[in-house]
Amino acid sequence: MKNTKKIISKILIYFALILGVLFCLVPLYWMIRSSLMNTVEVFMMPPRWIPSKFMWENYQEVFDTLPFGKYFLNSFIVTGGCVVGTMLTSSICAYGLARIKWRGRNVVFACIISSMMLPAAVTLIPTFLMWRTIGITDSFIPLIVPAWFGGGAFYIFLLRQFYLGIPRDFDEAAYLDGASHIQIFTKIILPITKPALAVVGMFAFLNSWNDFLNPLVYLNSEKKYTVALGLQLFTGSYRGEWNLMMAAACLVLAPVVVVFAIGQKYLIEGVTMSGVKG
Amino acid sequence: MQTKIKYKVTNREKRENRWGILFSLPCILGFLIFALLPMAVSLGLSFTNFNFTTGGQFIGISNYKNLFSGSDPYFYKSLLVTVIYVALSVPTAIIVSFFIAMLLNTNVKGKGFFRTIFYLPTVVPIVAMAAIWMWIFNPDMGLANNILKAMHLPVSTWLSGESSVIPTLVFINLWTTGSTMVIFLAGMQDVPRQLLEAVEIDGGGFWAKLLHVTIPMMTPTIFYNVVMGIINGFQIFTQSYVMTQGGPNNSSLFYVYYLYREAFEFGRMGNACAVAWVLFLIIMVLTAVIFKFSNRWVYYGGE
Repeated sequence: MKNTKKIISKILIYFALILGVLFCLVPLYWMIRSSLMNTVEVFMMPPRWIPSKFMWENYQEVFDTLPFGKYFLNSFIVTGGCVVGTMLTSSICAYGLARIKWRGRNVVFACIISSMMLPAAVTLIPTFLMWRTIGITDSFIPLIVPAWFGGGAFYIFLLRQFYLGIPRDFDEAAYLDGASHIQIFTKIILPITKPALAVVGMFAFLNSWNDFLNPLVYLNSEKKYTVALGLQLFTGSYRGEWNLMMAAACLVLAPVVVVFAIGQKYLIEGVTMSGVKG
Repeated sequence: MQTKIKYKVTNREKRENRWGILFSLPCILGFLIFALLPMAVSLGLSFTNFNFTTGGQFIGISNYKNLFSGSDPYFYKSLLVTVIYVALSVPTAIIVSFFIAMLLNTNVKGKGFFRTIFYLPTVVPIVAMAAIWMWIFNPDMGLANNILKAMHLPVSTWLSGESSVIPTLVFINLWTTGSTMVIFLAGMQDVPRQLLEAVEIDGGGFWAKLLHVTIPMMTPTIFYNVVMGIINGFQIFTQSYVMTQGGPNNSSLFYVYYLYREAFEFGRMGNACAVAWVLFLIIMVLTAVIFKFSNRWVYYGGE
């Protein structure tokens, strides 16, 4: 009796989980299958689940319709700039906030943490006006530069947690041997926290690649568009050509999936840490 | 940094102070330039009628007065739309992700696999996500209505119906609750086994364990997710910008969309700053209220 009940509950659990998996994956599958169909088949009713002929040409057509090659290049420049800036400055700041004891440290850390709760929408306009005042708009600079100032509270917080976990004796010993903070940071702390820094790099990549609002506000000329803006332009102008639109969406998604495939385990651990310790 | 090394404690302290500030300098500057200064500037501008063509004049609290007097009906409209969205999306997202985390926290096989799949949608760029769901929810050709038709169920207008657009966006939001779920799952693994076993010994079943152990022990995590859900929910923008352009008939004109329109389509920067500050205050007050009442329901171990 108890056993059958257990088995039934097991079945129900797996059933619910598989339903969830379908909910997560079917939209993605639908995007891929639509992207490979011709204009007739994509509208066929009842819908087909597998394209009768894989229309790889759709992807070529996306590049012919809008300069997606250029958008990709732009996105890689912006994202690259953000990733490097974030990894560099967030790790330096996290070291300063975790491994050096100095007056005002707690106040600074509290400020940084509280800025995590600050709605981005509130700082958007004045930040835009600042860049406009110094004459830098329609440029990648406003999108990249903030990443070079600590990269964002979340990353500093994450790395600081990792740095706090390293035993103090490590740097104390190095310090007594005459090592400077720069040496301790680059020779001891950074090498043992490489995975954490990689997580930060991946998060920075995803955030920058997926960002829509900031490019929308700062980039005016189409040749400077990032892929997110390019895709939005595409959905706006080619409404109805769902197969091409899905091909474009696939293209924008592809780099993200690659990063996710490489780092999903660490990414999820990073998310976990922010929630549990926060 | 040329300090002569003297072997005295105070000198080391001085040095540490200097190095500490030096290392933390990027984020100190970042905080000042990209958080504090913009906040101050936007507060200042919210008392002006600043725009790009005529500049700005100090007009006192007129912007705020106009907003709250309802002379611009879109302000209240967008506030209402957003509040409804938050009120619907935060609880559903919390309940669904908590439920899934619970399922995963039993000893199912392939936990890592499920976790990865559930997390995957959260990394999809919002614009791509919007394109996918626009297609699925297309009233005529989309997958959703086709499935409903095949099951002989009534179809919906989804994103193009005035009353169905918000529920549809709430539903789409469920697609990206993977990160919330992952946080819950991690929290659940910290729930002490002996407590659960104690309930079992007392003859308590699934619900008793859930209500008397799991949920009480999880309240800090729930609290965190609720706060973050509210903060993020109030800032929803891209979804409606891409999928519905705020429509139909402004029924998905979210607050930040309204703000964006004021600032970057109508160029009313001063007013937009007031709109932004109202949002900031709303979020602050809400968070403060949740914090205030948190000691009634949030359990912190060992305190």
